[in-house]
Amino acid sequence: MFDKDEVQEIIAKRVAKEFHNGDVVTLGIGLPTKAVKYLPEGVKILINSENGVLGVGNYQTAENQDDRITNAGGVGVTINEGGCFMDSLNVFGLMRGGHIDVTVLGALQADSQGNLANWCIPGKFTPGMGGAMDLVAGTKKLIVAMEHTAKGMPKIMNHCTLPLTAAGKVNMIITEKGVFEIVNQQLFLTQISPISSLDDIRATTEADFIVALKN
Amino acid sequence: MVKIITPQEAVSLFCSGQTVMIGGFLNCGCPQAVIDELLKTDINNLTLIANDTAVPEKSRGQLVCAHKIKKAVVSHIGTNPETVRQMNAGEIEIDLQPQGSLAERIRAGGAGLGGILTPTGLGTSAQDGKQIINVDGKDYILETPLKADIALVYATYGDKYGNLAFYGSTKNFNALMPPAAKTVIAEIDELIEPAINPNNVSVAGIYVDYLIVRGNKNV
Repeated sequence: MFDKDEVQEIIAKRVAKEFHNGDVVTLGIGLPTKAVKYLPEGVKILINSENGVLGVGNYQTAENQDDRITNAGGVGVTINEGGCFMDSLNVFGLMRGGHIDVTVLGALQADSQGNLANWCIPGKFTPGMGGAMDLVAGTKKLIVAMEHTAKGMPKIMNHCTLPLTAAGKVNMIITEKGVFEIVNQQLFLTQISPISSLDDIRATTEADFIVALKN
Repeated sequence: MVKIITPQEAVSLFCSGQTVMIGGFLNCGCPQAVIDELLKTDINNLTLIANDTAVPEKSRGQLVCAHKIKKAVVSHIGTNPETVRQMNAGEIEIDLQPQGSLAERIRAGGAGLGGILTPTGLGTSAQDGKQIINVDGKDYILETPLKADIALVYATYGDKYGNLAFYGSTKNFNALMPPAAKTVIAEIDELIEPAINPNNVSVAGIYVDYLIVRGNKNV
């Protein structure tokens, strides 16, 4: 068995393979951000942060602290050469207007229609949608990166039961057990992780899916 | 010319029941000096328009904790457990809006637009109660303008003409709120003499009424 951190690293490693050199990428807070550590050799991406930083660099150290430069999680970061700062209008224009190549978000649930739920569990947890709805409205490719189940319950559904963040926008779901692609509102299992099996995935996925493994 | 005042004097511009836009993204780029003074008053029942309610011990989050906010129009409250608690207890009204739509609504309020059309939130509860308009075969949500009595913003640099400029990621909502409010108070780190280079101005001075020179870089 793997602990939560190990599971997240497995997912992050797989997510990183989806980036191509020169991609403009937006990463959700938490697990999606970890993918940066595993960028394939020779692949450079430009990271956008919804608080208005295009070209996010490293985390700040004790030597270069400046609370006037943060990422969308409020954590101090640096900006890379060639980057720029924007106000909230411009950065959301960038996201909504179709200028982001790949967006990676965590999710509470995703479904075979390409729906995503990640901002609210009614009566229990309502952090708000923040910038997620705008992000998914315009991105060229939307990847959901999440653990396959939550407390043993499936998160890949036939129909999301939680309030939606986006309707019909998800292109790919990456979990520690495998990779799914959504085409024309149909869910295809395209990769099985070395730590899982088809039987395991069938047992822990609510959604119906077609097996169409790719190398 | 803009009037340079103290944080204490700025507080006299506020009244209970007003609609107030406050800049900042979480803890980055917050007009903290005026907020610190507001916390000492009995001003309350404010409607807050902002990106988020920050954290309990900082900026907009402190105003929530002090029960000064009756209603908050924001995109995110998850970093402030007290906002969530007050919402669940019915002590505060929370109107959650997608962040980009919120920014555009503020722009519309200041730019003389009757609203903006956005695909953001289609097929979700964010479209509830809003008009859907079809343009060239595509649906959009009509998002209406937002205005305020006061905009309280942070800027890194200001000048005596009211021009504002920003360092780092502090532009966020600070740079777009001034046109949308009747009275604009900008809290700055540094006063530039005689004036900010016009090439570097992000907010035109004509929008800004009052300037507070805070004189530090602790934002």
